[in-house]
Amino acid sequence: MIDIRALSKRFGPLVAVDGVSFTVRRGEVLGFLGPNGAGKSTTMKMVTGFLAPSAGTAVVCGHDVVQEPLAVKERIGYLPEGAPAYPDMTPESFLRFVGSVRGFRGAALRNRIDELVSVVHLEGVMRQPIDTLSKGYKRRVGLAAAILHDPDVLIMDEPTDGLDPNQKHEVRQLIRAMAPDKAIVLSTHILEEVEAVCTRAVIITRGRVVADGTPAELQARSRSHNAVRIAVRVASPALAGGVRDELARLRYVEAVEPCPSDNGSATFVVRPKAGRAILPEVTTCVRAKGWEVDELRVEEGRLDEVFRDITTGPMANGGAR
Amino acid sequence: MSEPIARRVPVPGAASRMLAVLRRELAGYFVTPVAYVFIVIFLLVTGLFTFSGDLGGFFERGQADLRPFFVFHPWLYLFLIPAVSMRLWAEERRQGTIELLMTLPVPLWAAIVGKFFAAWAFVAIALALTTPLWVTVNYLGDPDNGVIVAGYVGSLLMAGAYLAIGSCVSALTRNQVIAFIITVVVCFAFLLPGFGPVTALLSAWAPARLVEAVASFSFLTRFESVAKGVIDLRDMVYFASVIALFLFGTAAAIEGKKAA
Repeated sequence: MIDIRALSKRFGPLVAVDGVSFTVRRGEVLGFLGPNGAGKSTTMKMVTGFLAPSAGTAVVCGHDVVQEPLAVKERIGYLPEGAPAYPDMTPESFLRFVGSVRGFRGAALRNRIDELVSVVHLEGVMRQPIDTLSKGYKRRVGLAAAILHDPDVLIMDEPTDGLDPNQKHEVRQLIRAMAPDKAIVLSTHILEEVEAVCTRAVIITRGRVVADGTPAELQARSRSHNAVRIAVRVASPALAGGVRDELARLRYVEAVEPCPSDNGSATFVVRPKAGRAILPEVTTCVRAKGWEVDELRVEEGRLDEVFRDITTGPMANGGAR
Repeated sequence: MSEPIARRVPVPGAASRMLAVLRRELAGYFVTPVAYVFIVIFLLVTGLFTFSGDLGGFFERGQADLRPFFVFHPWLYLFLIPAVSMRLWAEERRQGTIELLMTLPVPLWAAIVGKFFAAWAFVAIALALTTPLWVTVNYLGDPDNGVIVAGYVGSLLMAGAYLAIGSCVSALTRNQVIAFIITVVVCFAFLLPGFGPVTALLSAWAPARLVEAVASFSFLTRFESVAKGVIDLRDMVYFASVIALFLFGTAAAIEGKKAA
């Protein structure tokens, strides 16, 4: 439903977005990741028709944002960064305004606003100036405005930024609940959020897409993907070195890193060569040696590691060119 | 789940979206004390100018008309109208709400015209509150009400021209104070060609026809001709063109920032 085609944006000599392309289908929640200044917001502003692209375009539900901006704006719900809203207005009057622009009138408008109030929990603040609301409430007002017309496409720029853990949880639940019949794009730099709500992640840095895949696929690119974390009970700390050597001798093992651990056991992370599964080798070894194991677990890989590698690695410095 | 909500409501026309913007903007004037402060100042100052013996000389003239009231409007508006128009776009940009407004399905012209009409309606309300003066002159004497109507029409048209200039300037900055100052300067430039001392200076060396041509570009000249009671089509067209020109300028300023 969202088809981004070689979107580029230059601000004078600065290339903020440089040929970004990806598509989002119904039912997908796409996490749009990247360091600050990577071009996430700029890309979203172009897709929603706020900024004009320098080159390329985005097609939303079959409408080209450059050719038919209004048709696109009718179909998108957009939560801009920081959830701007008119500070002197109350959530009530603000939502009435957005609703009337979206074509809601009279009873339909009232009913829809009542629905939204319970969906995003605005009970009790509807008649207070938005100015006086907490960050969490302001964000919810923005979210209510974005989903007021139940859009097919929802684009949110850092929807949970600045919220407390409970509020984050609530917003994520809401996103998950809406996900099946919408195409959703959300930008974030909270990686746990990607694991929690996204079905796909696109990482951009310096205006270019450097990774595109499911969170699991991205995790697989992590150095610690398929690494085995093992804690072996040892009689004395001196014996830990022997355990380490045994592990290092196993097939497909790249490195064994000691980890801090509580008394009585020696803990290591065993990293495989090229992400191979090494659990069979490790368990065979455990059985053969008769070790008493306190902990044994396969790491899925860490997104933050991938994120750091990708956004600061040689690719990030234009090596791909 | 029921049918998606988006499909239950008809897609509204651009005009009704323009009205939504207009209503929001107009209500926006009244949620803060600014509107009331403006109206009070407007009424106080018009009253002062009109009745003061040195300025308007309403009583001293011994004539039942509203000339002493209207004659100061071009100068009064020079400072009061930019205060109304300065927030139109600058404030949207400063608060970031422009991103919200421009990503709602409102055509750019509808947003510009909606905001402009809201500001104009606000000034019209302030102007309407001066009608007790009109009642007063009718009580005191037997004025030519046609001339007074013309005065109100001219005043409102001139206010529209000032507001359009203010809208355009406001679209160029995110700072309301800067918007105010620049608007005052630009509006002043539109007064000067018809201002007595300037025309006197010009007529010292320029042919009368040229002086007249230059003066015809002035709000002052145009307004005075309307306020005399002559609703001339040319004056209407003049103010309407200034309004249209600066509203196009507003659109250009906003489009320019979008593409920047």
